[in-house]
Amino acid sequence: MSVDDLHPAQTAMDQTVIDIDGVTRRFGKTVALDDVSLTLPRGVVLGLVGENGAGKTTMIKHILGLLKPHGGTVRVFGCDPAADPVGVLGRIGYLSEEDGLPSWMRVNELQRYARAFYPGWDPHYAERLRQDFGLQPTAQLKSLSKGQRARAGLMVALAYRPDLLLLDEPSSGLDPIVRRDILGAIIRTIADEGRTVLFSSHLLGEVEQVADRVAMIRKGKIVFCDNLDAIKDNHIGITLRFPEPRSAPPLLDHACAWTGAGREWSAVYAGGAVRMEAEAAVLGATVVERHWPSLDEIFVARSNAVSAAIGEG
Amino acid sequence: MQIHISPTDGVPIYVQIVHQIKYLVASGRLTAGEELPPIRTLAEQLLVNPNTIARAYRELEVAGVVTKRRTAGTYISDAGSPLAQTEKWRILTERVDLLLAEARQMNVSTGEVIDLIRQREADMDEAVPKLHQGGERT
Repeated sequence: MSVDDLHPAQTAMDQTVIDIDGVTRRFGKTVALDDVSLTLPRGVVLGLVGENGAGKTTMIKHILGLLKPHGGTVRVFGCDPAADPVGVLGRIGYLSEEDGLPSWMRVNELQRYARAFYPGWDPHYAERLRQDFGLQPTAQLKSLSKGQRARAGLMVALAYRPDLLLLDEPSSGLDPIVRRDILGAIIRTIADEGRTVLFSSHLLGEVEQVADRVAMIRKGKIVFCDNLDAIKDNHIGITLRFPEPRSAPPLLDHACAWTGAGREWSAVYAGGAVRMEAEAAVLGATVVERHWPSLDEIFVARSNAVSAAIGEG
Repeated sequence: MQIHISPTDGVPIYVQIVHQIKYLVASGRLTAGEELPPIRTLAEQLLVNPNTIARAYRELEVAGVVTKRRTAGTYISDAGSPLAQTEKWRILTERVDLLLAEARQMNVSTGEVIDLIRQREADMDEAVPKLHQGGERT
């Protein structure tokens, strides 16, 4: 059964699930979120990337209504999660790096407990997930490995078929097999039910695998937020060859992270192929090599570009 | 159908899938009329977003490599063989270009490269795989 059968009113693909508008949040003197705006339509998988302390978790806590913004508004399913936690939290499946599971419970007790908590709990689906994840019903949560506890958390986050799956660094510190389970869960969630997923990760290969859209956050600001396809089209790894050796990298709008010496200089160009070729021609340079940069390369290049801009400013 | 994607490689994943399916067709490991796995199955197998698989299949359809049938399945086109020919030549041309570029860099003439190719072929036919000093690349 798909979500469309359950909620006929919500079939519109352009329905906005998350709408963050101009949100600012400070902790003491530190600005954790600085005028952040972000919208997430239904059915989209958003990967949230950024260094530790960039503001990813703070943003997720605002979506959960655990923090109230100092400025701006947060709407999830059209509601203010801080004012209406019941209306919002019952529709979000949440898994974070530190699981908040009651460690004294056994796996089957956790299932019963969660079932009482969430009206939409699907006991058959929960049981299937338990078997798929190889969780023993009578095993105590505190006796489980980190990976098995993450699977138990994932079971709880998925088994009531939430409209929004929110994963905060779900893969952090887990072995590749558990990470595959988590990625598989994200993929089945969207393939099955067209539901919405927001996950933060520092493993950019995983983001590239499953995200439709990527938002990069740095020092509390959104650096870019776009469809992954558009990001990949816009960013080009280039090597330029100049007629004369240069002692410093060329000045080129939209190019970041220059490396090189003499006649050949490489960078990540963030303005698309047409503009790049035009700008290179103006400089009298030949594009001798180009490649698709990985999200990792783009992330590093754009991070350094922002630091340089902040350093200058 | 064996496809391997590398999410850290940089090449968009849908492009990787398109290339590999074209390659499988060109090398005869996928033949006309063969059905490709459903989008969802391949998405779960490769652990990639189903939209990515859908995009790859769309590109393959536009390129004439696959056809969608009314029963919702995706099949390798019957018209696959002329395309397979083009694709074969495209792959070989890439390899030859690389080879020629390297030869030029090492001051080896095209004639000598051709001699080397003949020599290697003869060696292979004799089933004595002997490696010329570091001359092999994939």
